[in-house]
Amino acid sequence: MRVVNHPILGEEKRKEYVTIYYNGKPLNALAGETIAATLMSAGIRKFRKTPKYKRDRGVYCGIGRCTDCVMVVNGKPNVRTCVTPVEEGMSVETQIGYGKGEE
Amino acid sequence: MKETQVVIIGGGPAGLAAGIEIAKSGGKVTVLDENKKPGGQLFKQIHKFFGSREHLAGTRGYEIGTKLLEETKDLGVDVILDAPVYGIFEGKTVVYSKDGKQHQIKGDKIILATGATENTLAFPGSDLPGVMGAGAAQTMINVNRVLPGKKVLMVGSGNVGLIVSYQLMQAGADVVGLVEAAPNVSGYGVHASKISRGGVPIYTSHTVKRAMGDGEVSKVEICELDDRFQMIEGTEKILDVDTICIAVGLSPMSEIAWTIGCDFTFIPTFGGHVPKHNENMESTIPGIYVSGDISGVEEASSAMEEGRLAGIAASEALGLYSEEKAKELKGQVWNRLNTLRDGEFGEKRKQSKNVQISRYMEDANE
Amino acid sequence: MNRGVKFTGVPSMEEIKACPGTPSEERFEKGPVVAIECVQKIPCNPCEAACPFGAIEVGSSITNLPKLDEEKCIGCGVCIPKCPGLAIFKIHKNYSEKTSTVEFPFEYLPLPKKGDQVPCGDRFGKYIADGKVLNVKNEKKNDGTTLISVEIPKEYFMEIRTIYRGGER
Repeated sequence: MRVVNHPILGEEKRKEYVTIYYNGKPLNALAGETIAATLMSAGIRKFRKTPKYKRDRGVYCGIGRCTDCVMVVNGKPNVRTCVTPVEEGMSVETQIGYGKGEE
Repeated sequence: MKETQVVIIGGGPAGLAAGIEIAKSGGKVTVLDENKKPGGQLFKQIHKFFGSREHLAGTRGYEIGTKLLEETKDLGVDVILDAPVYGIFEGKTVVYSKDGKQHQIKGDKIILATGATENTLAFPGSDLPGVMGAGAAQTMINVNRVLPGKKVLMVGSGNVGLIVSYQLMQAGADVVGLVEAAPNVSGYGVHASKISRGGVPIYTSHTVKRAMGDGEVSKVEICELDDRFQMIEGTEKILDVDTICIAVGLSPMSEIAWTIGCDFTFIPTFGGHVPKHNENMESTIPGIYVSGDISGVEEASSAMEEGRLAGIAASEALGLYSEEKAKELKGQVWNRLNTLRDGEFGEKRKQSKNVQISRYMEDANE
Repeated sequence: MNRGVKFTGVPSMEEIKACPGTPSEERFEKGPVVAIECVQKIPCNPCEAACPFGAIEVGSSITNLPKLDEEKCIGCGVCIPKCPGLAIFKIHKNYSEKTSTVEFPFEYLPLPKKGDQVPCGDRFGKYIADGKVLNVKNEKKNDGTTLISVEIPKEYFMEIRTIYRGGER
């Protein structure tokens, strides 16, 4: 959910949108925001599954230090979505385990 | 290879304040930051700061951040972003990565201002999406304008837990409660009063027993603790939440100081292991200074002052200030630092800082 | 029973009555006045410079609790949005025979409108009584801190400090 009107920050002024693809599904993203922000704004919080027990993980630290939020971005695994800005046409996929080259 | 007089690692309040002081003294300085935007945690602080007029009291954190950035621009401080530093080698050569390549920059002096990182708390279900650091929630709501969830349990009653609870409510979330393991509220009364007025119950002597949900948080079980912090059977309460924010303290991000061999000491008030330093913020390695949360977790206002202190001291060591001028400037900063460390909350930090400095002096006199 | 701000996060009535920012009972009777509910010594003093009449004193040690000079205070409320702790309120106890007014700082949305009936809450956010919104001031110079003035039943002038935000607690 996006905060459209905020008592201190005021109204949302950003107007430029791009489209990213989450597991093939198109999502509206604000240009320049992080992938994690786009996904969370759409209520998506499960970003990947852990290697052994396949448990769901998502944003934990939010500033690029814990790596809990990594996903496969444009085919590349282990991309920290909380510090990576979206780009038009970007593909973002749930990472299963270590991603590519696991076995 | 690039060379300069001072390399500052970390572009948050401490690092930027240090850069400003070096530039004011006429020195050449480069600030490196791993993020795409400078300012550290400052731009997430949408509440009004405390302190005196000199500390810009009454000004919102992000406005203070903007002022700092403008000053660095006006003074021509070189700020390199998206540049994580991963080592300091012989001859004070700082190595960082940028655009997929390795870069090196050599400084006569180095100031470490890398800040702190949030602590974590383990409980059954603590790995579920929806459990996140309070700082992560703060980044989401104040920087990205995105709600990480709608119904939140906050864990921890320090200033971070209290302030982020308030900010979550401002962003439109419902904070259904705040749990604190200790029998008292550990942050400022005025911050706690704001959320209490907003209807948030503060459960002291309570903790999280487990988080539940199918792939993400949908409920949390809290329970009361006895005076030995043991869970009391039968006091469990289940709350409907989709988000659990963890605000159980910060720890200095001091890896780089460890790797280059700075001496450390353990001070619980400051978050654990902190590098020893003297009154000039100089570590046990000559020419390497520390400032801000890396030298001990406090707050943004004291981080800025410590940054100024390290900057002035480094300028003095470079011969850019006379001993007399430096003494005057450092004295002013120490006065302001001592003021910030006054009162029932600050007193412990003041004593701890004295201990930290005295341990450096013990080594120095051996 | 409120054991005090260190235990509950909310100052007890004893702590409030004992703090130097709270006016005396006689002063409350005389007309509008501010109540500075600041009970912990933290380094902070913007309220002192905010008062155009010099009615607030913190002093050279900025951890001192702000002291209100009841004679100098005319209850203008200029200090309210200056307090970073949002701890200052303007009280007009004898606004009318049966009602008082309380002006408090408010930093949420939605804002009520002048004339609205609103549920009012105490320092614990507990519902106390309905009040009528007399004024909503959202001036740019107050940097996002809106001032809301409500008319409430007089018996609650020392309790009501906010708009009740609802929900089962």
